[in-house]
Amino acid sequence: MEWGFPENFSTFGDSIDATYGAIFYVTAIAFVVVQGLLIYCIIRYRHREGRKALPIHGNTRLEIIWTVIPAIGVLSVAYLSASVWLDIKDESRFPGGAYEVGLHASQFEWNVTNPGPDGALGTDDDFPTRNALHVPVDQPVRVLLTAEDVIHSFFLPNFRVKQDAVPGMEIPVWFEAIAPGVFDLGCAELCGLGHYRMRGTLTVHSPEDFEAWQAEEGGVASGTAETPTVAAR
Amino acid sequence: MSTVTVPPDYASQFHDPSHEDHRSFWRKYVFSTDHKIIGIQFLFMSLLFLLIGGLLAMLIRWQLGWPGQALPGGDVLGEARMPGGIMLPEFYNSVMTMHGTIMIFFAVMPLLVGVYANYLIPLQIGAPDMAFPRLNMLSFWLAVPAGVLMVAGFFVAGGHAAAGWTSYAPLSTNPEFTGVFTGQVLWTASLIILGFSSLAGAVNYITTIVNMRAPGMTWFRLPLPTWALFITSILILLAIPVLTGALILLLFDQVLGTGFFNPEYGGQPLLWQHLFWYFGHPEVYILILPAFGFVSEIIANGSRKPVFGYHAMVLAITAIAFLGWIVWGHHMFQSGMNPTLGAGFMATTMVIAVPTAIKVFNWIGTMWEGDLHFHSPMLYSIAFVSMFVIGGFSGIFLASTPVDIPLHDTYFVVAHIHYVLFGGSLFAIFAAITYWFPKMFGRMMNERVNKVHFFFTFIFFNLTFFPMHELGNAGMMRRIYDYTQYGFLEGLVDINRLISLAAFGLFTAQLIFAANFIWCLFKGEKAGNNPWRANALEWSVPSPPPHGNFTLLPMVYRGPYEYSSPESEEDYFPQDAPPAEESVPEPAPTLV
Repeated sequence: MEWGFPENFSTFGDSIDATYGAIFYVTAIAFVVVQGLLIYCIIRYRHREGRKALPIHGNTRLEIIWTVIPAIGVLSVAYLSASVWLDIKDESRFPGGAYEVGLHASQFEWNVTNPGPDGALGTDDDFPTRNALHVPVDQPVRVLLTAEDVIHSFFLPNFRVKQDAVPGMEIPVWFEAIAPGVFDLGCAELCGLGHYRMRGTLTVHSPEDFEAWQAEEGGVASGTAETPTVAAR
Repeated sequence: MSTVTVPPDYASQFHDPSHEDHRSFWRKYVFSTDHKIIGIQFLFMSLLFLLIGGLLAMLIRWQLGWPGQALPGGDVLGEARMPGGIMLPEFYNSVMTMHGTIMIFFAVMPLLVGVYANYLIPLQIGAPDMAFPRLNMLSFWLAVPAGVLMVAGFFVAGGHAAAGWTSYAPLSTNPEFTGVFTGQVLWTASLIILGFSSLAGAVNYITTIVNMRAPGMTWFRLPLPTWALFITSILILLAIPVLTGALILLLFDQVLGTGFFNPEYGGQPLLWQHLFWYFGHPEVYILILPAFGFVSEIIANGSRKPVFGYHAMVLAITAIAFLGWIVWGHHMFQSGMNPTLGAGFMATTMVIAVPTAIKVFNWIGTMWEGDLHFHSPMLYSIAFVSMFVIGGFSGIFLASTPVDIPLHDTYFVVAHIHYVLFGGSLFAIFAAITYWFPKMFGRMMNERVNKVHFFFTFIFFNLTFFPMHELGNAGMMRRIYDYTQYGFLEGLVDINRLISLAAFGLFTAQLIFAANFIWCLFKGEKAGNNPWRANALEWSVPSPPPHGNFTLLPMVYRGPYEYSSPESEEDYFPQDAPPAEESVPEPAPTLV
C-alpha cells in the first residue's frame, strides 16, 4: 500500500484508505502553503539596514477568506468520512447473511467461540479455539466482542478493523475478507504487562477449506488449543 | 487624567522602593506570597520534572530501539526493573505511564500556567500582585507534595502506576490486573492534590485579571499572553474539578472496593473514559492556549509589527476553548461508544481546525511586511507555528472517524501528540523562557548558545517524531513493550532504532539549554528594563521587578502591539508612554 498501510484484505478497507488519501492531499496542499509562506516571510522580511515594518493591524477580508476556506475543507472531510464510518460501525447498516463468531478477550489471550457447522452460536456444536480466529472468505463476518477483565482492543491491521472489547459490554464488529490467507490479530489497548504478547492469528479460508477445517476442528473434542504461529499475510 | 479614579487602598499597595524589604529569607524565597517568586518556584520545579520525564523517554526509546537488549549500566535500576540491564515489561509500562503523566501534569502544564500565569499576569495588567497572594502560595505548596507523592511511586513495592497516563478502568482499579497497588494509589492521590493546586491558581488568575487591571488597561488592550491565560484559567476552573471528582471515585474503587468503573460490581468502564476525556480534551487546550499567547507576543515583537487581527486572535482563542468542551468523544471512537455519537464528535472536532487556522494565518500576517529580528525567542516561535501546524494536520487524520480505525492507539497518535505538545507547547515554552528570562533574573541568556540549542532541537525533534507517523501507518501499537512479537511489525526495528538515536540526540541538545540556563542565571550579561524593546507593562519596570512591581500605578494609553507606529520615534511604543502633547487621547475609561 501506498502510505505504508499493511496490504488491505477487507471489503471496506479501500474506502478507509481512500479517505486517508483525500485528507493527505488536502493537508499536503495546506502544508505547502503554510510552510511556504513562513519561509517566504523569513527570507523576504528579514531585518536589513533601514528596513521599516508596515504597521498594519489586520484585514477583515483576508480574515474572512482564511476562515471560510479551511471551514469548507474540514467540513467536506467530515462529510466524506461520516458515511464511510457509519457503513463500518453502525450496526443497523451491517450486511446480512453474516457468519457469526464469538470473541472473548482476556489477559492475555483471544478466546474464540466458533459456531460449528450449524452456523449458530449457543448450540451444541459450538467449539472454542484459542488465539486463532477462522473465517470464510467472501462472506461477511460478525464478531461478537466481549472482555473478561480489562479493556482490550481487537485489531486486524490488514482489514482496517479496530474495536475495543469492554468488560460488561457486547460489541458487534463486522468485516468481509476478500482473499484467503493467514494474518496477524493484535491487541491495541494497553491491558497489562502481557499486552505486548496478546496476539493471535486470523485465518481466512476458501469455502471448501473452511468446511474441511470446521469438520476437522469441530470434530475433535472442543477445547483444542491452537498455538499461534505468527505469519504475516 | 482627571477622569481616572483610583481607589486609595488600591494605589497604596504600590510600594515605595525606598522602603527596605524586611522580609526574612524564608518569607522572601520559600514561603513567598510574591507572584514572581511563586512563578520562579514553579519554573524550577517543572524544569526538574521535564528532566525526569525526558529521562523516562530515553528508557522507552532504548527498549524500542533495542528490544530486549541489556542497557549498559541499566542494572543499577535494580532487579525488579531492569535485571541485568534488560527492561521488564511491567517496568516498561510504569515508565511509559509516568513519562506521560509527568510531562503533562508536572512539566508542560505548570511551565505554561504555573510559571507564566503567576509571573506575567500582574506585571502585564499593571497590578502589584495577585488578588489572593496567600492562595497563590498555597497553590505552589500543594504542587510540591503532589510532586513528592508522584516521585515516591517509583520506590514502592510493586513499582509505579502502570495503567497509562489515561488510567483506563478497570485496568487501573484492580491491582490484580496490573500487579501494582501502592503505585497506582499514589498516582491517583498525587493528581487529586495537584487538582486543588490548579484550582487555587485558576480562581486567582481570573479574579486578578477581572479586578486589578491598571487604569486604561481595557480588555482589548490586554497583551495576548494574559488573554490566553485568562481563557485557560476558565478552562482549568471547569475541567479540573471533573478530573478530581473522577479521581476520587477511582481512588474509592482502588482502596475501598467500590465499583464506579468496575463492571464486576456493576460499574461502567466507559464512564471513566467520558469523565477523563471531558477533562482531558480541554486539558489539551490548557496545554496549548497559553503557548498561542506567548507566540503571538513574541512574533509581534520579533517582526516589529502589530499582531495581525488582534480581535480575531482573541475570538479564536475563545472559540477554541468553547469548542474544546464538545469534542472529548473523539478519543473514544473505537471505545464502543455509539458510532452515531462518534460522527457528531467528528464534526465538532473538525470545526476546531477553523479558529486554529485563523491563528496560524494571523501569525503569518504578523510577519508579513515586517522587519524580522531573529532573536532566539523569535526562532522558537516561528518553529512553534511550523511544527504545530503539522500536529494540526495529523489531527485531521485522527478526527476522521474511518481513518481513525487503523490509526487509533498506534504511533500515529504518538507522533500527533508530540507535534502538538513538544513541537507546539514545548517550543513555545523555550520561546517564553528565553524571552522573559531577562525580566525574571535580570540577566540575558546567551543568544548564540540558544541558537545552537534551537538548531539541534529542531532537527532532532523532527527526526524523532516525524517517522512515528509511518510507524503508525504500518500499524505499530502505542504502549507496546516489544513490537517484534508481531510478524507485521518485525520490519520496523531499523526505523525504531533511527528514532531512538534521534531521541538521544534530542535529549542531549536539551543539556545545552540547561547549561546555558544555569550559567546565565549567575553569569549572564546584565539586562536592562527592556532588552527586546517591547511594549507591554512588564518591560517598564526594572529587571527583576521589585516586590510590588510598580512604584507608581501605571497608566495605560494604548494596546500592547503598537510596533513601528508613526506616532512614535522608536519602532516600539510602550503601553504606558504618554502620547505626544498635542494629540492627547483620553485614556479609555478605567474598570478599577
